[in-house]
Amino acid sequence: MSALARTYAWLDDHFGVNEIVAFLRKKTVPVHRFSYFYFLGGMTLFLFIIQVITGILLLLYYRPTPADAFESVQYIMTQVRFGWLIRSIHSWSANLMILTAFAHMFSVFFLKSYRKPRELTWLSGMALLVIVLGFGFSGYLLPWNTLSFFATKVGTDIPGQIPIMGKWMLTLLRGGEDVTAATLTRFFGFHVALLPGLATIFVGLHLLLVQRFGMSVPPSQEAEWNAKPPNKREMHFLPNFLLRELMAWYLALAILGALAAFKPWELGVKADPFASAPAGIRPEWYFMFMFETLKLLPAKVGPIPGDLLGVVGFGLAAALWTMLPFFDRGGNGRTSRWVAGAGVFALAYIVALTAYGYMVK
Amino acid sequence: MTTVSEDETDHPKRRRFVEMFLGTGIVASLASFLYPVLRYLIPPPSAELSSDTVLAGKTGDLKPNTGKIFRFGSRPALLIMTSDGKYRAMSGVCTHLGCTVQYRGDLHNVWCACHNGMYDLNGRNLSGPPPRPLEDYDVMVKGDEIYVQRRRNS
Amino acid sequence: MTTLGEGRASLCGPLIRAASLLVLGVAGTLAAAAPLHAQTKNSCLDCHSTQTGAFHMDSEEFVASIHAQKGLTCVSCHGGDSSTDEMSRAMSPAAGFRGHIERKEIPALCAKCHSDAAYMRNYNPSLRTDQFSQYQTSVHGKLFAKGDTKTAVCVDCHGVHDIQPPGDQRSRVHPLNVAQTCGRCHADAGYMKPYGINTDQLGDYSASAHHEALAVRGDLSAPTCSTCHGSHGASPPGVDSVARVCSTCHVFQAQLFDTGPHKEAFGSMGLPGCITCHSNHRIVHPTDAMIGTGQGAVCLNCHTEGDPGFVTAGALHDDLTQLDAAIARSDELLGRAERAGVEVGEAQLAQAEARNDLLKARVGIHAVRREAVQSDIDAGLKVSAAGLQAGQTAMGEVQYRRKGLLVSVVITIFVLIGLYLMIRKTESNDGR
Repeated sequence: MSALARTYAWLDDHFGVNEIVAFLRKKTVPVHRFSYFYFLGGMTLFLFIIQVITGILLLLYYRPTPADAFESVQYIMTQVRFGWLIRSIHSWSANLMILTAFAHMFSVFFLKSYRKPRELTWLSGMALLVIVLGFGFSGYLLPWNTLSFFATKVGTDIPGQIPIMGKWMLTLLRGGEDVTAATLTRFFGFHVALLPGLATIFVGLHLLLVQRFGMSVPPSQEAEWNAKPPNKREMHFLPNFLLRELMAWYLALAILGALAAFKPWELGVKADPFASAPAGIRPEWYFMFMFETLKLLPAKVGPIPGDLLGVVGFGLAAALWTMLPFFDRGGNGRTSRWVAGAGVFALAYIVALTAYGYMVK
Repeated sequence: MTTVSEDETDHPKRRRFVEMFLGTGIVASLASFLYPVLRYLIPPPSAELSSDTVLAGKTGDLKPNTGKIFRFGSRPALLIMTSDGKYRAMSGVCTHLGCTVQYRGDLHNVWCACHNGMYDLNGRNLSGPPPRPLEDYDVMVKGDEIYVQRRRNS
Repeated sequence: MTTLGEGRASLCGPLIRAASLLVLGVAGTLAAAAPLHAQTKNSCLDCHSTQTGAFHMDSEEFVASIHAQKGLTCVSCHGGDSSTDEMSRAMSPAAGFRGHIERKEIPALCAKCHSDAAYMRNYNPSLRTDQFSQYQTSVHGKLFAKGDTKTAVCVDCHGVHDIQPPGDQRSRVHPLNVAQTCGRCHADAGYMKPYGINTDQLGDYSASAHHEALAVRGDLSAPTCSTCHGSHGASPPGVDSVARVCSTCHVFQAQLFDTGPHKEAFGSMGLPGCITCHSNHRIVHPTDAMIGTGQGAVCLNCHTEGDPGFVTAGALHDDLTQLDAAIARSDELLGRAERAGVEVGEAQLAQAEARNDLLKARVGIHAVRREAVQSDIDAGLKVSAAGLQAGQTAMGEVQYRRKGLLVSVVITIFVLIGLYLMIRKTESNDGR
């Protein structure tokens, strides 16, 4: 027996690897005109793995104190061999990952993959979205430059608006009253320990559930195939779909490399907590729509402060969005159509306000 | 569903070629990813210190009653060895219009060539246009290395 | 304290005590209501603050003035009796009342205290007491001695009843206000007509770099009229002394000028140093164009094509512009490298040295000899050459990164093709 075959036999003997491989061999992926959207979940996972790898590499040189954070990132960018590459890939991949996460969520929404029996998959996915946004928010502070410092200040002010809990939440996030060294330490802890831990649990759960229930087929397609079973088309996961997915992943790597070489992530200016906030301070693009909404709301709507209304409004919308599988069971009912319409509105709203935030200086 | 087609038995060479091609490509790509990562792991020669402390020089660099400019972060700083062999360090940016100051052994003072500003060895502005003293730094000698440390302002 | 007869002791004692308390209470209230420092009664102010027109005196204005703050009253200058409200007693010549003080009496009146060193020591020992003697040497003072009443006297600059120390921003002779104060007469063409002096000084000064430093940047050490002309002893500096006045601050330029050929040349022609090229009031920020043989060069005022000065002027101009251009070039390259993503902070910092050298060269040209600027120019060129080198290295790094990217992209394309072929192979096998 070849060395490879012997290793495989040993693993199978101890861990039952053959069962897993057999399952994967059987796994199929439906083929229809929306099949391309199936790539989005895997792409998000791939980008997350890139983040973990580049993140660990950055951890070898990064120092999480206000005196050293900026300088250590500068050190990585200028002195460490290929440090510029690792850091730029980490920053770009973070943004791409959040983009694919949102795209994945919206494609699942519109293709109605959250229907029974995949409710838990949807819930774990929403948890992952919150975790991913948490990664983005906590990671953004770590370079400790002017933009990140003030974006964090503004960003943590917002939960402070929530009645009763707000002040407590703000203190918990900031590690104190203001954004200080304590905040940096705390955000670092969130970013490299707490959130990765939670992500591991939920990614594991999410993947397990996806394997358990297989790939969902959109309702219209499902109806067509139910009517005419011979028209049903599938492809094997191994090797057909995986090969295609590998193509997508390599393409993503090439894009990340190009971005790192042509548009490296800037260093900025070291944060000075005593300076006044620069004009036009704004959060990263994935929070822009919320930020702009709060800016556009009037100071007071009746007796309620505008900010509070905005925060509560978003909270409510998020809660409804999360509980989606429990009131839209699919089918062609009115609820289904309303939900689809709400989704279109939500997507349009997010896109419009994000664009607006960048056009209006 | 799957049938072993004639293609596989008829064109084993084609299949082998594609496998080789893909295999080589993947190995090459993995190498191209691994190379930067391995280089990255090796620490660079210039060790990084806290932004508040800088290696200003070695004990042999200066003779008594001389000074030298060194880089502290992104600004110049001045290291002086006084006539009685003690070290002093201060910011090298003149508080008037930002020119780099220098040590004048003949005057035993710090002087700015741009507009004749004069400071004493403690950085206090004595005469000329400078409105404020030069920020004072601490000097620590470890072995034959001279470290200069900025006072942390909270 | 007088004691009343014992007979009335039983009732009078407490009665007197009560009356005293009442009087004290009333007096205390009145005293408290009176202005803070005018602890003594000032009947002049009490009455004149209610008058209108020429006899009006703003009591707040006077009380805030330095004289009032130090305890002086109307009586100190105008005489009279300020303790009584009765007009005839308050303004009686017997009490020394002088009434309105004539212009020709003013300097002597002020000098009565301000030239008395022993007296002034009681108030502010560090105040000078030579103002009047200085005034007598000034153009204003000399005209005054000849009987001219239009010329400036103390109150024209310092104010009358609202005098503040020069360090107080409300004072008309605070550095920020001096030019306006002088301009009240000296910028008034009609007023100055009998004297035959220009009235464009204020306008020229307002356009100058000195005014900008003082009024815009707030640098109180920048010169105003009195800095160069003197305050009490105000006279225009003579041709010989102008350069010395400028050199009080512009030390290096003056020293360098003295080592050059212009000193003797200007002296023999009776031309004053400094202002021949820089003007006296309208001193603007100098530019490199001011020296040389091109448009706007002051050298052309005297020098013509062919003479050695013309050649030197051109050479100096070229030296400065050469260094300026070199610095700009390396700055530009470093900026490009920075935008392309390479960190060039250290090289950009080093560029500051070159800018310092250019600054020193721009001072050195006052010796109008090439040797005076040579070393600074060379040093600056060296630094900016190093900066250019650093920029080129940085751009090289950019190229290296892009080449590396190209290699990995090519490999990726190979892999993509390989995957695609593999897919096709696999799928043709599946009998699709």
